[in-house]
Amino acid sequence: MMFALEIPYWELTIIKTVIVLSIIPAGAVVLGYVFLLKMMAHMQSRMGPMEPGGFHGWFQLIGDGIKFIQKEDIIPGEADRRVFALAPLVVLISTFLLYVVVPTGPRLVVQNLDVGIFYALAVSSLGVIGVLMAGWASANKFALLGSLRAAGQLIAYELPLVLAVVGVVIQANTMSLQGIVHAQADGSIFGFSGLGNPFFFTQIVGFGIFLAAAQAELTQTPFDMPVAESELVAGYMTEYSGFRFLFFFMAEFGTALALSAIAATLYFGGWYQPLFKTGIMADLLGPVVLGIKVMLIAFLIFWIRFTFPRFREDQLQSFAWKILIPLSLVNIMVTAIFKVVL
Amino acid sequence: MAVTDQQRISYIASQAADARLNVELQTEEMTLNLGPQHPATHGTLRIVARLDGEQVVKADVVCGYMHRGYEKLTEVRTFPQVTTLINRIDWLSSFANEVPFILAAEDLMEIEAPPRAQWIRTLFFELSRIANITLFIGEMGVQLGAITPVFFAFRDREYVLNLIESATGGRFHPNFDRIGGIKDDLPKGWIAETKDAMRRIRGYCDELEQLLMGNEIFEARTRGVGVIPADVGLSYGLSGANIRASGVDWDLRRDAPSPLAWKELDWKVWTHPDGDSFARYWVRLQETREATLMVDQLLDGLPSGPIQAKVPRIIKVPAGEAWAHTENPLGEMGYYVVSQGGLGPFRCKIRSASFHNVSITPWLLKGVYVPDIITILSSLYFILGDIDR
Amino acid sequence: MSSADSTTATDDRQKALLEDLTTRLGAAVVGSHIRSGDLWVRVRPDAWLRAAEACKAMGFDYFCYLSGIDWMPHTWPNPKVIEGPAPDPDDEAALPAEEVVEEPVIEGIQSGYAGGDTRFQVLARLYSTIRHIGVTLKADLDDLNPRIESWITAYPGADWCERETWEMYGFDFTGHPNLTHLYLPGEFEGFPMRKDFPLLAREVKPWPGLVDVEQFPATYKGDGEG
Repeated sequence: MMFALEIPYWELTIIKTVIVLSIIPAGAVVLGYVFLLKMMAHMQSRMGPMEPGGFHGWFQLIGDGIKFIQKEDIIPGEADRRVFALAPLVVLISTFLLYVVVPTGPRLVVQNLDVGIFYALAVSSLGVIGVLMAGWASANKFALLGSLRAAGQLIAYELPLVLAVVGVVIQANTMSLQGIVHAQADGSIFGFSGLGNPFFFTQIVGFGIFLAAAQAELTQTPFDMPVAESELVAGYMTEYSGFRFLFFFMAEFGTALALSAIAATLYFGGWYQPLFKTGIMADLLGPVVLGIKVMLIAFLIFWIRFTFPRFREDQLQSFAWKILIPLSLVNIMVTAIFKVVL
Repeated sequence: MAVTDQQRISYIASQAADARLNVELQTEEMTLNLGPQHPATHGTLRIVARLDGEQVVKADVVCGYMHRGYEKLTEVRTFPQVTTLINRIDWLSSFANEVPFILAAEDLMEIEAPPRAQWIRTLFFELSRIANITLFIGEMGVQLGAITPVFFAFRDREYVLNLIESATGGRFHPNFDRIGGIKDDLPKGWIAETKDAMRRIRGYCDELEQLLMGNEIFEARTRGVGVIPADVGLSYGLSGANIRASGVDWDLRRDAPSPLAWKELDWKVWTHPDGDSFARYWVRLQETREATLMVDQLLDGLPSGPIQAKVPRIIKVPAGEAWAHTENPLGEMGYYVVSQGGLGPFRCKIRSASFHNVSITPWLLKGVYVPDIITILSSLYFILGDIDR
Repeated sequence: MSSADSTTATDDRQKALLEDLTTRLGAAVVGSHIRSGDLWVRVRPDAWLRAAEACKAMGFDYFCYLSGIDWMPHTWPNPKVIEGPAPDPDDEAALPAEEVVEEPVIEGIQSGYAGGDTRFQVLARLYSTIRHIGVTLKADLDDLNPRIESWITAYPGADWCERETWEMYGFDFTGHPNLTHLYLPGEFEGFPMRKDFPLLAREVKPWPGLVDVEQFPATYKGDGEG
């Protein structure tokens, strides 16, 4: 309360912007290092990078980033140069906008929108435009096929994502993410209020649907047809190299972090821990608690990624329309009935 | 285990429905060039596919980017020198390439290697089969998007390659087979190590069975995809596990007269009735496990004695023609050797399995989706050097 | 594998097969050979496709391979050929294949099993996966204008093999719908597998040795010639 009052609005805005801007590369590096380099390596009976930086190759991804920045900026001759250059930024901006509404403490939130979750799901689908731009502007058939697959897939999976969240919204009576955290913090499980009431227990079906749909939104295996390396080389990213490719990479892992954070907020109470509900300690512990929950959910996402083969495009669509969407509708109905009855 | 008739009918019906839809919604076709630089062709194969949406209307295979003219080169080499060349045909199981050529030469010279040499040949033949197919089993996963199995494959295949290296001196290209015998005897301690490695490979097979074959997505991607009827496959010259997966109970190790030691072993030819990509994967997995058991039996029953028959210092092969073929990891590999009494072959026709296995793809790829191209190609399992000899 | 009786037993099967084939094809069978459990049959070129169909009807379901052979003597220093009446290798090797055939009679042709009257032969192998027996079919081709029916209607697998033989030997397969290059680049001239096509690598740099200079391993004592 104290320090918030002393800082003028514009300074606060700059601080918030810098923090959010730095979260994307930092999150991408952390997730990339922990899951992509190390966890995947150990699941596959190998070590992963061990040398750069001394301890278990922690510097590898930062070094990779520096390498990408140094590289020549190659734009194919046939490409639509402006759109080609713009596409990674569009994808990155959609990731950036996601972080605006994720609360990391009672007061630590960039903007506590009343329609927070609605906003988050809306901006998360902005990335599709960037992907389509990338695929179309590359003047490459693999890229085009990849981006069209991505568009079809992201649209198909946006729906179960939203419908899965509706259950939470009904239960919490609010669309504000901060409000959803408070709803979970104030709740109780059969009268026991020590842990609050994480919606994970009541919305377990919704959580599963959310996770599957998030997996598809992130174009991760088993839904990675847009970038299927054995079919489409690298999908819409085929022609990208250097820092533009880095943008895509950061956006992918940044979105993974953001969606994990949203899932943690929706189903595991976000920054909430039972000890401090308000005050400076809640603000200080909030990011740590949220970070732990995010890593647990991200672990699930990446675990699935490294284990499964990928669907075929038609199987992916029928999975969304024939299984996930009916299931989430049933989930909404059941939640609504309970809401009315109780 | 097997695909039910109902599943098959529903698959066919859905394909037909798609076809009808495509007639109604005629879209502009697009030509997609898969390769020659493409991750799924593991080498330089090129597939020119005409696509309607994501569906293949017509697919054509272009090969020859790695053609090395071995048939011509064999004509200017002496018989012992040829084995160095033919090692490079199917580079994942090089030793298995040497055996039929040596058998053809021995047939013409009317000499026969001593039993110990034959057993060691069989041993390395099966080891190279394991080295080859373990990679396929993992690699099929990678083509379907599961990256983990291929690392397991490389991990366990390493033990087999080390065994081959410690006995022959070459990891990939042993060049170990000689006319009338083999180059060297087995090193000390090798047998125990081999048994250990075979246990490992069996563990790997079990692991992959759980990891991939029990996976619903894997089944959805491979069941009913790329079905080859037995008669079509045979008339295209498909051989090996590809045709055994179509229900043809035919294995040259069992069915062709061969001086190698297969006849003395107790083993089973695995077949699968379905003929789809899953069946081909399944058959290969079972064959790998069977091969490890065969290696164990070979190690137990290894006879003693010389490893080389009496062969003149300068090998001249009498005039004549001989055809020798064996059941290589990829299918039937054969050499038609014509000698006119000289130092080298007059003509050596190399019948490599992958060439014929891949020649069915234009027929097979009609009407499938782009992801299925990859499934079908990888389940047919070719080595590029085996197509472009 | 041992013993002569097993070979004769298999040879009996080949004999029965040859009889069956002869009754089906009649006079089209012009030569045959049986050796160590394998059968070679030479048919008249005009009966090439008929032979394939007859074999298919007899249960030869598996198409093994189809290729060609050029019986013109080796230009490679092969002791036997050097002593024999070999044509001048340098002159002919330099000429493109089309001009060589101006003088069709080539000295020293030594045909293989089942005989042969001409320089070029097409050969193919079929196998029965039920009876486990194989047969190698051969047919003579004209020296100047090698041309024969395509097998593609009987065995679709012959498609690629015929394309390969076409580009390597210059044999024309009538009835093949798509006789294009398989291995060689489109603008390639000449037919590399013909014996008069020079292997340039050998012309530029002679092969260092016909005999292996490498010693046998020290452990090996059973040398035939001391």
